[in-house]
Amino acid sequence: MAKKLPKVDVVIVGVGWGGGIIASELTKQGLTVVGLERGKERKTEDYFMVHDELRYALRYELMQDLSKETITFRSKMNVRALPMRSYGSFLLGTGLGGSGVHWNGQTFRFLPYDFEIRSKTIERYGAKKIPEGMTIQDWGITYDQLEPYFDKFEKMAGIAGEENPLGGKRSSPYPTPPMRTTPSMKMFADAAKKKNLHPYILPSANLSQAYTNPDGVARAACQYCGFCERFGCEYGAKADPVVTVIPVAKKTGKFEIRTHSHVRRILHTGNKATGVLYTDVTTGEEFEQPADIVVMTSYVFNNTRILLMSKLGKPYDPTTGKGVIGKNYAYQVLRGGAVGFFDDKEFNNYAGAGSLGMCLDDYNGDNFDHSNLKFIHGANISVTQTGFRPIGTNKVPPGTPSWGKDFKAASIKYTNRFISVGAQGASMPFQQHFLDLDPTYKDAFGDPLIRITYDFVDQDRELAAFCADKCAEIVKEMGANEKLEINRKLGPYDITPYQSTHNTGGVIMGASPDNSAVNNYLQMWDAENVFVVGASSFAHNSGYNPTGTMGALSYRAAEGILKYRKSGGGMLV
Amino acid sequence: MADSNNVKEQPVSRRNFLKNSGLVLGSLVVGGVAGSLLRKPEPQAQPAAPPPTADYNQALMFFTPEQFKVADAACERIFPEDELGPGAKALGAAYFIDHQLAGDWGFNARDYMQAPFYPGEITQGYQGRLKRREIFDIGLQEMNNYSNSTHGKRFYELPPEQQDAVLKAFESDEVKLTTISASTFFNMLRASTIEGVYADPLYGGNKNMDGWKMKNFPGNQMAYTQLIDKPEFVKMAPLSLRDHQH
Repeated sequence: MAKKLPKVDVVIVGVGWGGGIIASELTKQGLTVVGLERGKERKTEDYFMVHDELRYALRYELMQDLSKETITFRSKMNVRALPMRSYGSFLLGTGLGGSGVHWNGQTFRFLPYDFEIRSKTIERYGAKKIPEGMTIQDWGITYDQLEPYFDKFEKMAGIAGEENPLGGKRSSPYPTPPMRTTPSMKMFADAAKKKNLHPYILPSANLSQAYTNPDGVARAACQYCGFCERFGCEYGAKADPVVTVIPVAKKTGKFEIRTHSHVRRILHTGNKATGVLYTDVTTGEEFEQPADIVVMTSYVFNNTRILLMSKLGKPYDPTTGKGVIGKNYAYQVLRGGAVGFFDDKEFNNYAGAGSLGMCLDDYNGDNFDHSNLKFIHGANISVTQTGFRPIGTNKVPPGTPSWGKDFKAASIKYTNRFISVGAQGASMPFQQHFLDLDPTYKDAFGDPLIRITYDFVDQDRELAAFCADKCAEIVKEMGANEKLEINRKLGPYDITPYQSTHNTGGVIMGASPDNSAVNNYLQMWDAENVFVVGASSFAHNSGYNPTGTMGALSYRAAEGILKYRKSGGGMLV
Repeated sequence: MADSNNVKEQPVSRRNFLKNSGLVLGSLVVGGVAGSLLRKPEPQAQPAAPPPTADYNQALMFFTPEQFKVADAACERIFPEDELGPGAKALGAAYFIDHQLAGDWGFNARDYMQAPFYPGEITQGYQGRLKRREIFDIGLQEMNNYSNSTHGKRFYELPPEQQDAVLKAFESDEVKLTTISASTFFNMLRASTIEGVYADPLYGGNKNMDGWKMKNFPGNQMAYTQLIDKPEFVKMAPLSLRDHQH
């Protein structure tokens, strides 16, 4: 029997970006909040020995322990789903700050087109442009409505950047100036301008200078040490929940964080949640935490999984397309790029920052004519200098053997002589791509794992080939030798090579309970005191890193929760 | 006997390496690390050098001496010593792998290893029951078996060209194994050799940071603010985590 604890105003499940933002905004307004985090506590001082590629990048020090909990995967419904036994395709966060700790800091805003993708596609190309089975839908909010929340997130995090010439309107400039321009970024910008494209410096949560945010949190500038992705920041320069929103919430005295607390169910009577059930993983003891409002703030997979296990909301049925929980799982197309090798130039490739780079959106969203193309949307194309690390980076020109003397010579020679121009391709949702509970495999508590049914489709293959050609043109213009590596071919989706930790969907937002799980405050249509915050609310995935949009939606959700609290109940939309 | 061979052969090969690589290492050879490679220091060569310290890290935690010899020889073919600098053997890659197999990684401690096990599609990743240390047990044994049956000698007794042919036969799955695919083992061996060459020396490989030096990787510097936007390439002596003081 679970031990029942005293009731609080709000319980949040997972203390990463979503949980941190919700906690800071609510506690500032006097609400009492308990944050349940299944992982351990983390702080900047923990990263004293962080420049360790093996421990953090290859042995996944900061990631979820898969022996306790993983996902299962199959390409389609008639294939047996099997567990992701080791890491590959994407990396799941855990611990205080969640994946907000080991991110790169690339902080984009989705395009105005993204939020009204279905309407705008039909308006420009006609309904026939949307292929059978592609379940794109408008998000129930416009870019202009969301803009103030983007602004708020960027100011909180201290995002460094310059305006995207092809992006949505901004109410104010980025709070800090852009990151420094490296030689390869300059070459990319020059090449792009020659082609009449619109390059700009990547928006970055790696602070470009010392900055104090509106909450009074002061942080130091990025040192370009080259250890961002998969690492925590030893300087506190990279914005993460542990150095920004969590301390703000704690300072109010209204926020209690319980680490090692693994939430397993949302408890509810009828269409109202009463609290959550969790296990203290250090003792095995079960607790019931009653609350007026439950906010799911874990990653895409657990947001969906806990709702399904709690039997909250209508599970999605891929055969009929009815139901919503688990619907519109989407990923990204990271194939479609080109690597240039430079015999006459050497770059300081070992230096860098997670969000140091130059990019362009001429081939993203609907910024170009798709009339004769067999896909919609596109990709942000960029050159980045995230800091090469020697185990992970052994680029050799095509045709070089993968081991032996020639490999050694080429991998050493080109370590500081290659530049990769890459495309981050958008992923559209399809009726046959979804999340549900695995019937066979269980986690350490005996609960079912979440099951992913997903594969790349023709639209993705067309997009990858298109982007690869564009990237190759740019890298050639930059002066690479003739031995380009061009990645045009997108095979089947494979869970083993790392691609992108930009998983989206499962608890999507929209204007109607018929085709979405939450409204534009991320309030569940089927349970008014449950808010589900995260990239799980994205109805499709764009050609960008998701954190900026996810952060904006978190601020929007926080505002919704405060409104809901004030009005004493009811639907906000 | 394998044991005594191992003990005898290692210092000899390292001594030869040092003898032959004066040009390669040149001034990079300093103090205790170079000394530690030699059984007996030559005082006339480095009169001011401090007395050598033994490298207590170079001892086996998992491999049998026979397994170590196979692994050490294979790693060296994957990343051979040449005019650019030391190979996997001198860098200690096989010791690195041995130490890794003895710990969490070898036991797949942080991987999902629960039943049921079913063979899957290639895109579903590894679905076997074997742990990495068991895969190495099988793979190294099979390398000797295959070497014996095709060339009449154990892997590490073959000349380099024949060792390469054996490795290629594994890489291309020309060798058929029953419990794992030969290429699965080869890919694991290749990946961990690269790790042993370039991981921080604290793990027992990348000896003297020579892997990093060849690659011009500066290791664990605190900041690159001073050079991040400079057009010229900046070369600097690497620092290991041992040096990383804040």
